[in-house]
Amino acid sequence: MNKQILFGLIIVLLNVFFAIFAPLIATHEVDEMDFFYIFAKPGEGGHILGTDDYGRDIFSRLVYGSRISLVVGVIAVGIGAMIGTALGIVAGYFGGFFDALIMRFMDALLSFPYVLLAIAMMAVLGAGLFNAMLAIGIVMVPSFSRIVRSAVLNVKNEEFVLAARALGASHLWIIFHHILPNIVPVLIVYSSLNFAGAVISEATLSFLGLGIQPPTPSWGSMLAEAKNYLQTAPHMALFPGLAILFTCLGFNVLGDGLRDLLDPRLKS
Amino acid sequence: MGKYVAKRIIQVIPTLFFVILTAFLLMKLIPGDPAMILLGPQARAEDIARFRQQLGLDRPLPVQFLIYLKRVLTGDLGTSLVYRQSVLSLILERLPVTVTLSLCALVIAVSIGIPAGVMAAMKHNSFIDLLVTILALMGLSIPIFWFGMMLIIVFSLELGWLPAVGLGDPTKGLWDVVSHFILPSLALGILSTGTIARFTRSSMLEVLNQDYIRTAYAKGIRRSLILYRHALRNALVPVITVIGLQLGNLLAGAVLTETVFALPGLGKLMVDGIFRRDYMLVQGEVLFTAILYIFVNLAVDIAYAFINPKIRQTYRGV
Repeated sequence: MNKQILFGLIIVLLNVFFAIFAPLIATHEVDEMDFFYIFAKPGEGGHILGTDDYGRDIFSRLVYGSRISLVVGVIAVGIGAMIGTALGIVAGYFGGFFDALIMRFMDALLSFPYVLLAIAMMAVLGAGLFNAMLAIGIVMVPSFSRIVRSAVLNVKNEEFVLAARALGASHLWIIFHHILPNIVPVLIVYSSLNFAGAVISEATLSFLGLGIQPPTPSWGSMLAEAKNYLQTAPHMALFPGLAILFTCLGFNVLGDGLRDLLDPRLKS
Repeated sequence: MGKYVAKRIIQVIPTLFFVILTAFLLMKLIPGDPAMILLGPQARAEDIARFRQQLGLDRPLPVQFLIYLKRVLTGDLGTSLVYRQSVLSLILERLPVTVTLSLCALVIAVSIGIPAGVMAAMKHNSFIDLLVTILALMGLSIPIFWFGMMLIIVFSLELGWLPAVGLGDPTKGLWDVVSHFILPSLALGILSTGTIARFTRSSMLEVLNQDYIRTAYAKGIRRSLILYRHALRNALVPVITVIGLQLGNLLAGAVLTETVFALPGLGKLMVDGIFRRDYMLVQGEVLFTAILYIFVNLAVDIAYAFINPKIRQTYRGV
């Protein structure tokens, strides 16, 4: 197997492993406070990565935090991919007025810088896990719909599609039997790349206080707390950031490798 | 050429329309009655009704949108209820900080990204190529606010070389102002460095495989001359578009950088606005940034047409 894909896959699977077996891997309870070891440095008092301002074990919080990242990633990418695919297929397959209307609207959404639109939506919807997933998912819709639309345009005029139509197949049948299976590779690649985007976006929203609220351990909210103790406890800021960095790196490397493998035309 | 420019400008109009529609619809996402939320829980029913009327919320939705559209087109982005000032004037006051920060970050990203991309392409499939590819992907994966905090810890708190937060004081000389911008620009610049490096690399690789490069080698032209005169100049043409697109991301990334480094720019204004429930301000800022982004891209596209001989050729003599 391609080394790059393998490297990405290992990081991703490691994350999934941490998320599933969090209670077994974590050395402490998530909200357990060790009063005698507040701001413990890494290794002190049996805390592998030290403790935070409440004496909570950073390693354990990071392990549980991977659950939040993965859940937000899966749901947000799911929302973005589903709505984006539906819109992209309608625009690409039927063309004409729908195409123009949908794509102009998607262009407009793309004119808003990615993070900013999510932040603005959170400002209006209010903070919280559910709204964060929704906002991040919606922000992804335009890029998914664009990519799906162009993939559909490539498939639409293939002979097997024309043949199916000549045989009297309905549009719906063609979409489900011929169009969708052909855009799956594109969807896999973009889901992986967008997953990295979702993890960063969640961290960003939580860092600004708009996403997951304390005391739930999210990597972003851990960084928000760490920001106040950069002088006293720099390790509080170091580790959650590394967790985000490596998780995103894993998904980016995986997506990048898959792109080269599955769709040479998309190689940029 | 004139025809191309005109065509691009006309293309912007529907996008602008939908952008304004999106900003309008954003406010419709507020759960519950906006007038009630804006005035707070202690507002009397009469006041809410009067406020609804003043905001035009009692009109049908399409009419509300037309009123909003007309206001935006005349440069009125609403009034901040917290600052009691027009949103546009608040934005313009803080714009210089954000624009300076974004441009400095862009300069950093370009001056690291392009050489890195060129080096990777020249030594294709070597260790340097791999290193640049990995670092570029890391650049895409790094949360900029975290990178900013790391820079503060290392360069301000540990080494004490550079100031951590705030704007410099111009009365203390140029260095004071410049030094306050170094760390934020670095933190923000990392966001685009990876993208620019990756794009430069693939564009350069594509050009290096062209026939005219082989011909140039066959003619015995010096390698350095081929690389810089023949290859790089052509490879950079598409990179310019990417750089333009990055400016929009940088303007958005400034929101986070300004929060970490306590810089009084657009981002700080927006985050403060969110927590004070200053919806008009947030809406105005988001719309302003999107419109700015559209016009930056328009300018880049037009500049691109001037540089790219292919487009110039197509529209020659018009």
